[in-house]
Amino acid sequence: MRSEGRLLRGLVLAVVAVGLIAPIALGLWQTARAAFGILPALGRDTLTLEPWRMLAALPGFGTSLRLTLFTGLGATVLALVLATGMCATLQARMRPATFARLLTPLLAVPHAAMAVGLAFVLAPSGWIARALAPLAGWGHPPDLATVHDGWGLALIAGLTVKEMPFLLLVILSALTQIPVAPQMAAGRALGYGRGLVWIKIIMPQVWPLIRLPVWVVLAYALSNVDMAIILGPSNPPTLALAVLRWFSDPDPTMILPASAGAILQAALVALCIAALWLAERIARRIGLWWLRRGGRGISAEPGLWFASLAATTLMALGILAVLSLAVWSVAWRWSFPQLLPESWSLQAWSDPAGLWLGALVNTAGLALITTALALTLAIAWLEGEDRARRGRAPWAEALIYLPLLIPQIGFLYGLNVVFLRAGVSGDLLGGISGTEMPGGFFGSVWRALWSGVTGNFAAVIWGQSLFVFPYVMIALSDPWRALDRRVISVAAALGAGPWRRLVAVKLPILLRPILTAAAIGVAVSVAQYLPTLFLGAGRVVTLTTEAVTLSSGSDRRITGVYASLQAGPPLVAYFMAFAIPALVHRNRRDLQGAGR
Amino acid sequence: MTLELDALCIRNASGPLFRPLTLQVPKGQVVTVMGPSGIGKSTLLDGIGGHLAHGFHLSGAVRLNGREVTHLPAEARRIGLMFQDALLFPHLSVGDNLAFGLPSHLKGRKPRRAAVEQALDHAGLSGLYNRDPATLSGGQRARAALMRTLLAEPLALLLDEPFAKLDAALRADIRAFTFDHVRSQDIPALMVTHDPEDAKAAGGEVVDLSGPGADV
Repeated sequence: MRSEGRLLRGLVLAVVAVGLIAPIALGLWQTARAAFGILPALGRDTLTLEPWRMLAALPGFGTSLRLTLFTGLGATVLALVLATGMCATLQARMRPATFARLLTPLLAVPHAAMAVGLAFVLAPSGWIARALAPLAGWGHPPDLATVHDGWGLALIAGLTVKEMPFLLLVILSALTQIPVAPQMAAGRALGYGRGLVWIKIIMPQVWPLIRLPVWVVLAYALSNVDMAIILGPSNPPTLALAVLRWFSDPDPTMILPASAGAILQAALVALCIAALWLAERIARRIGLWWLRRGGRGISAEPGLWFASLAATTLMALGILAVLSLAVWSVAWRWSFPQLLPESWSLQAWSDPAGLWLGALVNTAGLALITTALALTLAIAWLEGEDRARRGRAPWAEALIYLPLLIPQIGFLYGLNVVFLRAGVSGDLLGGISGTEMPGGFFGSVWRALWSGVTGNFAAVIWGQSLFVFPYVMIALSDPWRALDRRVISVAAALGAGPWRRLVAVKLPILLRPILTAAAIGVAVSVAQYLPTLFLGAGRVVTLTTEAVTLSSGSDRRITGVYASLQAGPPLVAYFMAFAIPALVHRNRRDLQGAGR
Repeated sequence: MTLELDALCIRNASGPLFRPLTLQVPKGQVVTVMGPSGIGKSTLLDGIGGHLAHGFHLSGAVRLNGREVTHLPAEARRIGLMFQDALLFPHLSVGDNLAFGLPSHLKGRKPRRAAVEQALDHAGLSGLYNRDPATLSGGQRARAALMRTLLAEPLALLLDEPFAKLDAALRADIRAFTFDHVRSQDIPALMVTHDPEDAKAAGGEVVDLSGPGADV
């Protein structure tokens, strides 16, 4: 009996190992080799620390490092503190499902679109300055660097606006696994205020459930590139962006310090995660000491209220940012202190050359294909677990999170080299592609694997799937496991074999979470910038790559068009995830709650 | 038609859950298994029905009418399963829940529909084919679940505290309805329960499941 799922499990494991783990490991390996001076394409094959010396000597290196730590840690801590405070105040006052639905638009909008919108709002000529103009008596946009500021404050704001709703959602879903109301009642009956019960009793139970997602947020905040381009300081930029620039430098020897920087970026993330882990251990010691003292005196209530206020403000800022995208895309004349354009025009939307249409088709196509692939693999994985009747091993869980914890810049360059050897990708790094012929065992294996695949599009599909799959898997795992095992036993006892149990019982019951996972997959795919850029060799144009490129230009109308369009596919996907189950299960009361 | 357990024992990593169990359930009778909570009564039924979770190992044999089914997958054993919750499939109408269990050898849309309608009539659920199972009362749900199980033509029935969630007035009613069907279908049934009333009403042998160290 136990063997019934063996083939399926073996297949899933093989796909994950060959498609997910091997490429990341190979990419890291290639990057690490270049970081230590081995780059056959440039005729270098001796182990040396020279790339690291070059890296340390690059102008702005130290500032980049400091900026990365400041923005990455700052945004993560801020997002975590605000999300926690907001959950504490809202938990008793709002149904989690309602709250989660309110967060959807903020989660759906891709990072780049949100960043562009925030840049519009925060800029000296943006809505905030326009609203303040009558009070401050400004006739012209004030001369302040509110975006691309040297401290990276705009970048921190942007990262926090995007990551806080994600953490809110994660905390809300963790809270459903804890009997909050009775524990709150018990704590308050013992004389502790609401805020103190939250900090002393509830959060210590929530933390283990949100630890990994917080790590993901930390890794992203430390190493993101698209938000850093749009909002961050430009000279010197954060480390990840600096590394990207060095990789694209016309001088091919810059690949050496760039690779060292990419490895340093990965090490930085690992170090920060380790520091967070250490902080957790220390906080546990201090927390227990604090708890044992039994103090009820100070109230945490004002702090919580302040946190919710700040969180609400940030979310309002996010919504304003999205609105400003749409408004700019149809604005014509919009002189400074006016809050709304004086004249409107659809000219930016007219698309005689089919430019945005092409990008939209590419984006939607990539999203559909990667999501379908990721969903298929996730369902196969979960069904394999069911058939083996066992839960997930910790190593398997780690495997799923791996692509989200390793900085993209750390392995994408190396991966690009691997692809070049396989003859799939184009020549982003022009100097290399001609000379780097497949050599060695890995080269020939990869060439064999990819010989049937042509074009950058396939490479991008696969590169995006690396990140779409983990999110789809994470979104689907809990609802899948929450399905009552006895329902499946009953189906088996009625004579239904494993495939009929899957198709006729599990999939229909899980329709809503499956579509929600798909919507998350679409949102993740649309948001991908670096994988699309690197593996598409700059030839696969999506709304995201265009929006990021255009954001440095001057025409806000065109940028507004691309960034608004970016939000389209995810919002449509989320709407369908809401509407389809509501329609299909309209007469099925037990499947209508958003709880599943 | 009998259900036989031959030195049946289930163990997990920390050893056997209970002393090996040997018993025979004759057709048309309900044998009751009682025992302290947590000893693994539900796990015993899982083992007989083929639903054991990973980490549990079964030794001994389960025989149905003399045929050993120990190594068959659950869906090939033809052993029906009832829980304290009706566990009707929430995405299907009441009628389609019953149709799910109907064996495929009954061909044709009309005869299949008729078989379901007849079962619904029989359970006092006439005209409820298209109803959402979530809108049924507790008693209606319990009867629908029994009908779904019986339409699958099981060769034996396992009952896991089947009446525990029903209120007292309803309990006697559903109990009688269930046991009557076991007798009229002439199949063996094995029930685990905490409630001595259940055991008394079942009328069959009562077996005490004892811990592995118990001295009997």
